[in-house]
Amino acid sequence: MTQRLEIALQPGLFDAEGAAVKAQARDYFGIAVESVRVVHIITIDAPLDSRQREEVRSLFTNPVSQQSSFDSLPLEFDWAIWVGYRPGVRDTAGSTAAEAIEDFLKKRFADGEACYTSTLYCLSGKALTRDQVSLIARESLANELVQQWEIFDRSQHELREAAGVRVPKVVLQHTPAVTTIPISSDEALLAVSDERNLALNPRDIPTIREYFLRPAVREERLQRGLDLPTDVELEYIAQARSDHCSHNTFRGLFRYQDLASGHEEIVDNLFKTCIQEPTLEIQRKKPWVVSVLWDNAGVGRFDDRHYYTITGETHNSPSNMEAYGGALTGIVGVYRDPIGTGLGSKLIFGMYGFCVGPRDYRGELKPHLHPRRLLDGVITGVKDGGNKSGIPTPFGNLFFHESYLGKCLVFVTAVGIMPARVGDRPTETKATTKGDLIVMTGGRVGKDGIHGVTASSEVFSESTPAGHVQIGDPYTQKKMHDFLMEARDEGLIAFITDNGGGGLSSSIGESSLISNGCEVHLDRVPLKYAGLDPWEIWISESQERMTVAIKPEHEERFMEMSRKHDVESTVIGTYTDSGKIHILFDGKDCASVNTDLLRSDFPQWEFDAVWISPEMRGLTEPFLREPEDHASLLRDLLARPNIASKEWIVRQYDHEVQGGSVIKPLVGKERDIPSDAAVVRPVLTSLRGLAATQAVNPSYSEIDTYHMTASTIDEAVRRLVAVGVGLDDIAGVDNFCWPSIQYDPVSNPDGRYKAAQLVRANWALRDCCLAYGIPLLSGKDSMYIDGNLKGRYGETHRISGLPTLQFTATGMVEDVRRCVTLDAKVPGDLVYLMGVTRNELGGSEYYDRFGYVGLNVPKVAPAEVIPWYRALHQALREELAASCHGIYRGGMGVHLAFVAMGGCVGLEIDLGLVPTDGVDTNDRILYSETVGRFIVTIAPANKARFETLCADVPHACIGEVIPAESLHIRGVEGRSIMEASIADLKHAWKKRFGALV
Amino acid sequence: MKVVRALVLTGYGLNCDYETGYALETAGAHSRRVHINELIKGDRIGSREVLEDYHILVFDGGFSWGDDHGAGVLLANRLRFTIGDQIERFIADGKLIIGICNGFQALVNLGLLPGFDGDYHSRKVALTGNDCGNFRDDWVHLQTAETRSFFATGIDRIELPIRHGEGKFFAEEGVLKRLFDEKLVVFQYADPDGAPAQGRFPLNPNGSLRDIAGICDPTGRILGMMPHPEAFNHITNHPDWTRKKEELKRRGSSLSEEGGGIKIFRNAVEYVTGMLL
Repeated sequence: MTQRLEIALQPGLFDAEGAAVKAQARDYFGIAVESVRVVHIITIDAPLDSRQREEVRSLFTNPVSQQSSFDSLPLEFDWAIWVGYRPGVRDTAGSTAAEAIEDFLKKRFADGEACYTSTLYCLSGKALTRDQVSLIARESLANELVQQWEIFDRSQHELREAAGVRVPKVVLQHTPAVTTIPISSDEALLAVSDERNLALNPRDIPTIREYFLRPAVREERLQRGLDLPTDVELEYIAQARSDHCSHNTFRGLFRYQDLASGHEEIVDNLFKTCIQEPTLEIQRKKPWVVSVLWDNAGVGRFDDRHYYTITGETHNSPSNMEAYGGALTGIVGVYRDPIGTGLGSKLIFGMYGFCVGPRDYRGELKPHLHPRRLLDGVITGVKDGGNKSGIPTPFGNLFFHESYLGKCLVFVTAVGIMPARVGDRPTETKATTKGDLIVMTGGRVGKDGIHGVTASSEVFSESTPAGHVQIGDPYTQKKMHDFLMEARDEGLIAFITDNGGGGLSSSIGESSLISNGCEVHLDRVPLKYAGLDPWEIWISESQERMTVAIKPEHEERFMEMSRKHDVESTVIGTYTDSGKIHILFDGKDCASVNTDLLRSDFPQWEFDAVWISPEMRGLTEPFLREPEDHASLLRDLLARPNIASKEWIVRQYDHEVQGGSVIKPLVGKERDIPSDAAVVRPVLTSLRGLAATQAVNPSYSEIDTYHMTASTIDEAVRRLVAVGVGLDDIAGVDNFCWPSIQYDPVSNPDGRYKAAQLVRANWALRDCCLAYGIPLLSGKDSMYIDGNLKGRYGETHRISGLPTLQFTATGMVEDVRRCVTLDAKVPGDLVYLMGVTRNELGGSEYYDRFGYVGLNVPKVAPAEVIPWYRALHQALREELAASCHGIYRGGMGVHLAFVAMGGCVGLEIDLGLVPTDGVDTNDRILYSETVGRFIVTIAPANKARFETLCADVPHACIGEVIPAESLHIRGVEGRSIMEASIADLKHAWKKRFGALV
Repeated sequence: MKVVRALVLTGYGLNCDYETGYALETAGAHSRRVHINELIKGDRIGSREVLEDYHILVFDGGFSWGDDHGAGVLLANRLRFTIGDQIERFIADGKLIIGICNGFQALVNLGLLPGFDGDYHSRKVALTGNDCGNFRDDWVHLQTAETRSFFATGIDRIELPIRHGEGKFFAEEGVLKRLFDEKLVVFQYADPDGAPAQGRFPLNPNGSLRDIAGICDPTGRILGMMPHPEAFNHITNHPDWTRKKEELKRRGSSLSEEGGGIKIFRNAVEYVTGMLL
């Protein structure tokens, strides 16, 4: 009764999908394939009669462009590669095929009947070998973690028919059961933790044992038929206590010591002192900061009637294993946070940041996925996650560095909007109360994602279980999103939160603390397939689910609306005030944990943090005399991976759905230069705009993470100021990704130094946020960005990623019609440089070109630059500037090129006029990465007013926009040092990634 | 006062419903977002929700049913077997249907386009995977073809964004010829001066045959197009608006607020006002 339908384009039609496979075989592996035809297979595991088969075939076949058959299509090939999912991997296309067949034939599939999709690639090429075809299958078409594949040669024409008939159906021959865990000693519990992959911190184990051995607790448990802790309970505690959920590192105690000065101090809780307290202090002064530090996302006021919500996440470990699925799950997952913030907010845009190894890496280390493949995967994951959700992706970062070979970083940021009130209820508050029904809505629960949270709290190694890899489903989530927004507007939602890390255990566990208890019936949770143990249901991270509290009187209406949106919702329990997380399965108790267990009692983690100053580490400035060929140097810098055009990524992302795009990710006359920030108009009837941007500068971490953090924040602020945002309503989101800071003499000998790097980064975060007045609406930390990689001789190396902070900033634009882009507009306009250029090339792109790190990292003096930014903002408000652009990585030389390339005009610049402090050579002025600077072009008519506004700002008119498309730079000595054609510069900037689509 | 009522579909992964509704309102219509299942059921919270109460039906953009089996295919399937007859009556009543992006894909899969000789069942054209092999977001220049459709009245050239992975217009040569002969081609991809793109990427962003970006049926009342007019609802949507603003300012002038895409919706509203109210 299993049938497979093959669908392909008609012969003679260009097969773009096949062409992409062919191109990748050539570009990645140097394998010449003559042609590739792609066959899509739908395997229907349900009975169909011959009439139904023909109807189904016509349903899935476009008669104009496609051919199809339940037998093999007559396609010639020398080799064929069949790729299908492994059992239990989310196959959305399979589900929608089943839905369509049900619709079409007006019949329901029986339990266990389903559709599955797979793909057959028919390769032509007489000279191809099996090894080559295997390489293409393994390294380009399939990922063994989630997919299976088979290879056929032309003689096996018949065998290929078998492909796709075997259905990847999950059958668990398992009777669900609850087991108890021995806690006779700390060692015994630790052994169970290792065996079950719980990743319990040894420090927590005595606390856990003490709780379960407490006489009062024991007595109560015995009354319920419980004794030793159950697997449901321990898995739950392990999830809740994982570093990912509890941020134990940031809440730890740091014994900080500065080796150079001898200064020592105890830093108790970085989260509290550097994030929470500064943000609360700022919130007291800024009433627009609506809700921070407790909900799934932070809430800021957009206008009198709307709030915006924002949060940022990382999804590093899963993406490192399965790039596409990891990134897709990451972005779809972070999109649930605004949905689960307050009473629920509608998504308005997302952003991304990728930190990966060099795309052309040819070194000896063997990462799980080559960076090129990994990058392709994460780009596509974010594409499908955003585009298919109908959420624009108007901004993003990409940073290459070899240190990310150990573990890639995938940052995903989500922004939503909600009405300030629903009826007379403020939307930023929510609560669970006794008697509320616990509803799980969205997808079903399977084995996927079990131990995802605990796995990301560990260093990646070959033994990391692949079970936590999963594939997000934006389609299911989009339906759920639309449903929940409608339910919110009708006032049906009392409380809402998402099921992410830790699954139900986390969403219900945390929300029960508000009502002070819950009763959950795990047997009522809808499953993808039978045979899951209760603990698996409780902690599974199956995606696209929210937990909602509704009043019993709203149940009928809520469920009716859910059906209308074709979303599954199920009441699985009740909130109580019993003081207990009470879990049952088939009516029998399987967990009863006091709600206060996780609120207290656990010992603080402790770290030694030893700061070794850059000088003590032997860093110095290089001896470097000024180059002679400035034009070649600039072209080469523009072509470097961290500067070069990444248009191929931006264009894959729908960055203007929802119709409010104001400043796009690419701007300028030819629409190809990356903008300083994105601006959207989230309320279409209003001219008010929301601006957002991100900055990441990990190379400065090689010198001092304090200055890395400060300059990253300053960059984000300037990016907003450059498009027209004022300083008073800028909000931030901090996303830390750090290597392990737990010292170990063998496996992490520099752990103490890494801990000091973290402390210093947090100090800079605190200092800058207070100085600029930036509340942190949200933030996350992801530790353990380390990987153990095999080398050439089979030896293993631990590779730790550079300490990385991605800082996201948002701000308000009163009237989007006053926004400014970076491209020079009109020849004859004056070019101004705002700010002072200093001898700060440490960690710069210029030094990196020669393999230097240097010592003089850019330093931020907020008190000095804030008045400059205010003056510039006033100038933009008065619409004096034709263009405005901050100077970031690459320095003034690179960013002057952006201004000129954006406008397709020339610039005539005199470096002798640039305001400087302690720097006098042309290369240093051009490529220093000193913060606080902008390039502004203005109409000559605006000169007087502009200069009046900037009276107290170090600034100078350093040149003019010219019609000749050339960047002409005169050096400090007064002679011409560069005459570079704009077209050549742009060519150099685009050539590296220009052929990618 | 008589009002032009427009229905914008929502649900199952459609995602341009809000801005499409806004564009229709800006053009003077009363617009309502209606879930596909409400329309099928003919019921919205106990009150009537039927197609015949509207003048304009919009299949807006998105990823209906995730689009994994050919964009728009499953949406077409769902509607054909539920309210197919209502849609045909809607057409027979002289009313308007607009399909944008995913909606265009749904219209060709329903067979509503091109609708040769009033046959609203046959699939004659296809929108297949872009030649570039990927989803693409970019702005394109469109030249209005010699068309019988009023949707393009007063529009000679227009710039709009495209955002799709499956937008390559494909049909057999005979069908293409008929489309031009019967003046059913509405918009073609072009260069900034209005000359045909002639397949050149990225002017023609997807490899569409004869640069076809949008077509209508023989009545001119059903329009399908890949570019998104609703996403050019305000001048600040345009990728060059800051440049245009600055250039106009130097000439003592300023930008007009309305986005170029609104005109297409206004043409629809004006048609309804003149013919159906």
